[in-house]
Amino acid sequence: MSLEAHLFLALLEGTVGALVLALTALGLSLVFGVMRIVNVAHGAFFMLGAIVTWYVSTLLGSFLLALVVAPLVVGAVAVVADRLVLRPIGYEPESTIVATIGLLYILEQAVLMIYGPYARPVTAPIYFRVDFPSFGYSGYKLIVGGVAAILLVATWIALARTKLGLYMRATQQDREIAQAFAVPVGRVYTTAFGAGAGLAAVAGALIVPVQQAHYLMGLDALLLSFVVVILGGLGSLRGTLVAAFVVGLSDGAVSVLFSPTLAKIVATLLVALVLAVRGRGLFGEEIA
Amino acid sequence: MSQDGAPTLSRRHFLQAGGLVAVGAHLPGPGVARAAAQTGQGPLRLGFQVHRTGIGAVYGRWYERTTMAAVKLINEKGGIGGRPVEIVAEDDGTDPKRGAEVVEKLAVQHKVDLIFGTLFSHVVIASAPRAGELKIPYIVVSEGYHVASGRLNRYVFQPGITDVRAQVTAVAPWILKNLGKKVTLIFPDYAFGHDHRDFFSRVATAQGGTIRALIPIPPTETSFTKYFPRVPADTEVLYHVMVGPGVLTFVKEMGEHFGARRPQIFGFIDSLEGVDLASPGLEFLEGTYFWEAFPRYAAATMPPHVRFYRERVGVNDNGASVNDPRDVSTFSHMFGCWETLFIIKRAVEQSGYKKPGAAGYRAFIETLEGFQSFPEGTEHPQGPKKFVGRLHQVFGRQVVSKVEKRRLTVIHRTAIEDSMYAPEADYTKQPL
Repeated sequence: MSLEAHLFLALLEGTVGALVLALTALGLSLVFGVMRIVNVAHGAFFMLGAIVTWYVSTLLGSFLLALVVAPLVVGAVAVVADRLVLRPIGYEPESTIVATIGLLYILEQAVLMIYGPYARPVTAPIYFRVDFPSFGYSGYKLIVGGVAAILLVATWIALARTKLGLYMRATQQDREIAQAFAVPVGRVYTTAFGAGAGLAAVAGALIVPVQQAHYLMGLDALLLSFVVVILGGLGSLRGTLVAAFVVGLSDGAVSVLFSPTLAKIVATLLVALVLAVRGRGLFGEEIA
Repeated sequence: MSQDGAPTLSRRHFLQAGGLVAVGAHLPGPGVARAAAQTGQGPLRLGFQVHRTGIGAVYGRWYERTTMAAVKLINEKGGIGGRPVEIVAEDDGTDPKRGAEVVEKLAVQHKVDLIFGTLFSHVVIASAPRAGELKIPYIVVSEGYHVASGRLNRYVFQPGITDVRAQVTAVAPWILKNLGKKVTLIFPDYAFGHDHRDFFSRVATAQGGTIRALIPIPPTETSFTKYFPRVPADTEVLYHVMVGPGVLTFVKEMGEHFGARRPQIFGFIDSLEGVDLASPGLEFLEGTYFWEAFPRYAAATMPPHVRFYRERVGVNDNGASVNDPRDVSTFSHMFGCWETLFIIKRAVEQSGYKKPGAAGYRAFIETLEGFQSFPEGTEHPQGPKKFVGRLHQVFGRQVVSKVEKRRLTVIHRTAIEDSMYAPEADYTKQPL
C-alpha cells in the first residue's frame, strides 16, 4: 500500500473512532460537569447498551428498534441506581467512586450470569463494503461515524437551547444559586445521570455490529473516556469533543503508520503532558 | 500440611476437613462422615482451577462442563481406586495473580489431592511456581509450550492436550505444500502468540518457506483494520491465530480489507472457539482453512467413542450445547479436561497414591512420568497419544479442516510423529 492510502486509512479509522469515543465520553463529561462525581460504572453502561441491543435485535429482529430501546433501558437502570445508591450517599465524591465501582461489578457479573461469557455478533442493518483502490472499508463504520456526529450535535443543541439544558448548565455553574432560582437540582441530577448512561448506551449499541456484545467490553471504553475527559478538561463538553478527535486521530495515524502500542503510549504521554502544563485540561474551568 | 502431629491435632484436622467437604459438596455432615468411615479415606478431591470469569470465561464454562461429565462417568464406574471423585472448583478470573492465590487456596485451605484444569498461558506461568513451592501436582490443559520448554517445574504436567509447538510442527508442512510458501503471521502479542511466531517461523524457513511479515496484536485490541495494511502484497498465505472477544471483528475486518483479492488463509480454531461459524460477518471465512485438535462438526463416520463423548458432554452435531444451539463449545480444547481426568485416574491407581504428602506425590509423579502412550477410546476420544515423560507433555494427531457451507470439514489428519520435535527439557532430573 502506498503512503497516501495508508494516511487515508488512518484518517478514516481515526475519524470514526473519534466520533464514537466522543459520544461515549460525552456522557461521562456530562455527569461529571453537572453532578461533580466520577462515574466508574460508565463503561458498564456502554456494555449494557451493547447487550440490550443484542437482545432486542435477536429477539425482535430490529436493530433500529434496539438503537432506541437500548438507551432507554440503560437510562432507566441508571436512574434506579441514582435513586437507590447515589442519592442516599449524598453524591459525596469519594463515596460515589466506591459506589460506582460496586455498580460496575454488579452490572458486569449480572450480565455474565444472564447473557454469558460469549462475544455475540449483531448483523449490521446496512452493510456494504467500500472498495478503495488498495483496500476495502466497512460502509457500516462510516454510517456509525455519521450517526455519532448527528447525536453529538443533537446533544449540543439540547444543552444549549432547551430548558433542561439551561437547568443543567445552571446546576453545573453553581448548584446552590441554581436551587435558589427554583431549579429542581435533585431531578436535574437524576436526569443527567440517566442521560449520561443513555449516551454511553447509544455508543455501545452503534458499535455492536462492528465489535460484538461482550460483558467485558466496557473496560476499554471507560479507560479511553477517562483519557478524553481528563485531556479535554473535566466537565467541558467542548473540551471532550476536541480531545476525542486529538486522541482518535493520533491513535488512528500512529497505529496505522507505526504500531498500535506506540499509539497508546502517545495518548498516555499526551495526557501526562497536558496535565503537567495545564492541570485543568485543554478547556477545563477552574474549580474553586 | 502434614497430619503426623499429636492425636488431638489430627482429629481436629479431620473435623475441619470433614466440615469443608460437607460445605463443598452441599451434603449433610453425617453422610460424609459415614462414607469416609466406610472407605477409610473418603473421596479423592481434585482442585479445579477454572476461568469462570474474565477473558477466558467461554473456555472456562466448557472446561467445567466437560470436567463434570468426565467425573460423572468416572464415579459411575466406581471412582478412582474405589474412591468417589469430588471436584473443588475455584475461579481464577483468568488473572495470573489470582491464579497463584487459587493454587494456594486449593492446596492449603481445601487440602485437595491434586490441582488441574488451567488453560490460559499467563495464568499457568504465574501459578506453576506456587504449585512447585507447595509441592503439589499441577496438571494443566493449556496447550502452551511452557510445559515442554522446561521453564516450569517437576510438579507441572500437560498430559491431556498437545502443545502449540507440536501443533505448528505438524501442520506447517501441509500449509507450505498446499497453500503457499510466502507467509505472513498475525498473532496475539503474548506467550501463546509468541509460541506460534517462533515455532512456525522456525519450521517454515527450514522447509523452504519465507516469512513475509510478523504482525503482533495487543491482546486487548478491539479494532483490527489498522493492522491489515502491513500485510505485504505478495503474501500467499495469511496465518492467523487470535484469542479473546475481538476475534469476530478480526475476521470481519479482514474480509472488508481484502475482499475478493485475499491470499490463502490458514487460522487456528482458537480464534473461533465458542463462536458459531454461521455467525453474521464470518461469510468471508468460506474456503479458508483451520487447524483443529478435535473436529467440532460431527461426521457420518465418527467412531462410537467420539459419539459417546459428545453425548456425555452434551454437545450436538454442530459442536454447540444440546440445550442451547447458540452456546457453541470450545471443542478443540475441552477434551483435554476429559482425557486429563482419565490419566489422573490411571496414575493414581497405578501409583497407589492415597493422600497428600511427599510419599504419595512422589509415587504419583514418577508413575505419570513413566507413561508412554494412551490408546484411542472412551478415555481418549480425541485419538491415540504418545507421552514424553521427561517433557511432561503429550503428543497427538492434528487435523486440518476447511470451511465449507459454513461448517468445518476435515480434509487432512497428521500422524502423531509429524508433531514430535527434539526434546529440550528433562524434568525427571529435577529433585522432588
